[in-house]
Amino acid sequence: MLGFVARRLALLVPILLGLSVLLFLWVRALPGGPAEALLGERATPEAVARVKKLYGLDRPWYEQYLTWVGNVFRGDLGVSSRTQHPVVEELLRTFPATVELALVAMVFAVGAGVPLGYLAARRHGTWIDHVSVAGSLFGITIPVFFLGYMLKFVFAEKLGLLPTDGRQDPLLDAGHPTGFYVLDGLVTGNMEAFGDALAHLVLPGVALGTIPLAIVVRITRASVLDVLHEDYVRTAEAKGLAPATIRGRHVLRNALLPVVTVVGLQVGLLLGGAVLTETVFAFPGFGKFMADSIVARDYAVLQGFILFTAVIFVLVNLLVDVAYGLIDPRVRVT
Amino acid sequence: MSTPAPSAFLELRDLRIHFPTEDGLVKSVDGLSFKLERGKTLGIVGESGSGKSVTSLGILGLHKGGRAKISGEIWLDGEELVGASQDHVRTLRGKKMAMIFQDPLSSMHPFYTVGQQIIEAYRIHHDVSKAVARKHAIDMLGRVGIPQPDKRVDSYPHEFSGGMRQRAMIAMALSCDPELLIADEPTTALDVTVQAQILDLMLDLQREFNSALIVITHDLGVVAELSDDILVMYGGKCIEYGTAEDIFYRPEHPYTWGLLGSMPRLDREPTDRLMPIKGTPPSLINVPSGCAFNPRCPYAGRTAGKATTEVPQLLETEGGHLVRCHLPREERRGIWENEIKPMLEGQ
Repeated sequence: MLGFVARRLALLVPILLGLSVLLFLWVRALPGGPAEALLGERATPEAVARVKKLYGLDRPWYEQYLTWVGNVFRGDLGVSSRTQHPVVEELLRTFPATVELALVAMVFAVGAGVPLGYLAARRHGTWIDHVSVAGSLFGITIPVFFLGYMLKFVFAEKLGLLPTDGRQDPLLDAGHPTGFYVLDGLVTGNMEAFGDALAHLVLPGVALGTIPLAIVVRITRASVLDVLHEDYVRTAEAKGLAPATIRGRHVLRNALLPVVTVVGLQVGLLLGGAVLTETVFAFPGFGKFMADSIVARDYAVLQGFILFTAVIFVLVNLLVDVAYGLIDPRVRVT
Repeated sequence: MSTPAPSAFLELRDLRIHFPTEDGLVKSVDGLSFKLERGKTLGIVGESGSGKSVTSLGILGLHKGGRAKISGEIWLDGEELVGASQDHVRTLRGKKMAMIFQDPLSSMHPFYTVGQQIIEAYRIHHDVSKAVARKHAIDMLGRVGIPQPDKRVDSYPHEFSGGMRQRAMIAMALSCDPELLIADEPTTALDVTVQAQILDLMLDLQREFNSALIVITHDLGVVAELSDDILVMYGGKCIEYGTAEDIFYRPEHPYTWGLLGSMPRLDREPTDRLMPIKGTPPSLINVPSGCAFNPRCPYAGRTAGKATTEVPQLLETEGGHLVRCHLPREERRGIWENEIKPMLEGQ
């Protein structure tokens, strides 16, 4: 298992090298550039040239690339042309927000999706089944920004149950040693801040988790239906096992394999940022920051953030493979 | 109960298992009766779709509630099972009656070790610690001839060969000393070289446990090896029943002749052709009128039209040998002696 993990991690090197070149060229292929974005439409060519020189953009691209890669190896991702802060700092500020959001979304999706999908399969062909299939179709098709605004309108503005936007009530005196606000509340013993941070995650989490929820419902339903007809389930019945034991030990464990795959892919996607959700809820996360950086042609931020996303994606998928091995001995690697 | 408990260990009375579907009622088992004593073996033979497996699942009560319509009686050791509660039948499963399935790879759970699965089967019916159950599992694996059982107990099913897996499956089925053992095509998925070993093993274990054994197969070679009595099924009904001698040396139903003719034999000349049964098994929704076998029966023309209009009764021809056929007894015997037997023996 350790060897397998090491091999997979080693594979990261060529992936990241290849990606970094493509990424570097793609960013520069965008029309305009950071200088034009900073100075606006009426900038004189001289001013643009001056800013380009400042950021080293006047040199040949391969020189810029090598400098950048060298810096990356030293843990320096450059400075944002938009905020003038180091990219690493921006990353550490926005990424924990997105992690919290993605986690809440996945907890919602898996926590509701697996039982719903399982129930639909058990009651195959009944109204419960039809409602969850139709509901999941609705969940996949409803636009995230629309759902987000609806949730905000009903639960935050009309009912006043939950905060409308942001990560924390600005009036709260909360410290943020880790950048994960929920965790910060616990670490600093400030339960009010903890509850407040959690409350801020509910609506965006639900909005962001709805599509994964619909997918999880469908996958769970399909795979439970498959497993229910497996010969080994019949064997378990022939042994005289109680129905509840069969469901838990023989059906659900097998049915969860495809769910693990889907959850892994979804987590990877969610961690890459949820631009729409973060925008609707003015949530200062990774995706929103990156979207703004595209507008500003903020080369350093785009390069750093996308590279980081790739690392996260590979790691999450590695985790999925490891989980596979833990669940299914047939794919266990030695 | 409508009728008094029988004296036989296992007795089926007019068992019917029907499945309502969108296309109509599937009569998988349609009025099946037989008896079986402890220590005896019954072979149930027939083509795919003749109702063999549905019968065995029915005896174990494994047809999911709601879908199958089951009527008739199943008496096991003085208890009627069709009318019994599902929970009660469940407590008998594994303990009083157990089953060996056709494909040991798909029938064993892929994520648990062989030992875990045997331990699970044992602990359902025995309130013992895991350590005791594990010792029992190693014991059972040793008894079914698995080498180094104390090591193999921790292997997963996919790490076993096909024959070893079927041995493990048998060990699992026998772990609670069931009095009735049903083997559904126990050797179909195995290499021929392993088949004989598994059959020997089952016979040995049956003698040791004195259990009643039902072997379900389409392979007459298997039943010849194992069975005291043989029941031939066609279209959900028993069409011939008798001792192994009756079926192999004095068969009276044209379908049984066909089965015997389809069996390759070493003592026949290689130049002789097999005599397969023409056509395909009947649809269980639109069973042919009259005798279900009539569209495929070469002798249907000799029944004065009764083959297509009247369902034949299962009648005793001699000393417990039952046949469901319109042909008069003397004519059947004549056909067997003068036409079929010489052909099977290669003249």
